[in-house]
Amino acid sequence: MATVSTQEVSPKKLWGGGMEPMKASYGKLMMWFFLLSDAFTFSALLITYGMNRFGANAFPGLREDFKFSTEYWPIPEAVFKAAPFFHDAYLPLVFVGIMTFILIMSSVTMVLAVEAGHRMDQNDVEKWMAWTVIGGITFLGCQAWEWSHFIHGEPDSPTFAKVFQGGQWVTKQIIGANLHENQYGPPLFADLFFFITGFHGTHVLSGVVLNILIFYNTTMGVYQRRGHYEMVEKVGLYWHFVDLVWVFVFTFFYLV
Amino acid sequence: MEAHTVNTPNQALAKPQTKLIWRTFWILLALTALEFLIAFTVPAGTPRTIIFVLMTLVKAFYIVAEFMHLKGEVKTLIWCILIPTVFVAWFIAALLIEGGSVHEMRPQMPAGK
Repeated sequence: MATVSTQEVSPKKLWGGGMEPMKASYGKLMMWFFLLSDAFTFSALLITYGMNRFGANAFPGLREDFKFSTEYWPIPEAVFKAAPFFHDAYLPLVFVGIMTFILIMSSVTMVLAVEAGHRMDQNDVEKWMAWTVIGGITFLGCQAWEWSHFIHGEPDSPTFAKVFQGGQWVTKQIIGANLHENQYGPPLFADLFFFITGFHGTHVLSGVVLNILIFYNTTMGVYQRRGHYEMVEKVGLYWHFVDLVWVFVFTFFYLV
Repeated sequence: MEAHTVNTPNQALAKPQTKLIWRTFWILLALTALEFLIAFTVPAGTPRTIIFVLMTLVKAFYIVAEFMHLKGEVKTLIWCILIPTVFVAWFIAALLIEGGSVHEMRPQMPAGK
């Protein structure tokens, strides 16, 4: 029964102010609560995707015969099958797999930076923060390529859709995707792609900016003088959260 | 020997403790690789989706518990973060039911159009 780690404090006194009942600093706690609220935002976006996917028609035929149409929801491996330097090759989900690996890897280098901070090892923190920044920038570059490919589409195999234009229904050829029309499926699919991966990418971007700031401060010896590397931990929490969100985006947007 | 660590009063350049970090990395990598394998071998459907969701939750557990170190925090903090996520569970149920209803009301795809 006895927990002798800290001396006995009555619950009333513990929560009565002047103590740290959660044994975490204000900044760290607020980062956790911010991330919780951010998790709700991302949940809302992903659940909206789920609802619209449930609400849309599915492709009636066999998966092998799948063809793009605005009438039904696309299957993800048909949409995301391209990779840079391999023009026209059918590489389903390969590029997004590489992106996932990059992000997991940069999460590892981040947690190694946090670990180095616990040891007050400035050189190691610098090294791992630099790798984390590189990983983040690489991921953003990959995403830029993917967006560009998605927006420009595949001119060799346009999708024909009935659209209401000038007071009547006309058949229109669609190449690529934007917020109004989408070669790969219903316009909503493109909208959700842009919003979900875009919102995540914005988080990656701000994470990279924060990581660069932390890297700069580390090299200037700010945290060494301060006597602790808690800032690395706090920004690390944010960076891991970005990775966590990607795990969910990867499953619900690319795999399912 | 370690002349440059004069001003660090506590542990002077301790050995890196990275075993657990790399173990977590290998678990995440293996799960992701397995997800790929399943994506191309198991036919799409509810069972596959359930497998994907479970694997995603396992990965989320490792990221939050090990990388974000929630495991090492006090119980109160752990519950403060975990309990509010029940609202997400409700949110998923509510909107997926709504989506199913939308699907039922949507005119079915006319054949050959």
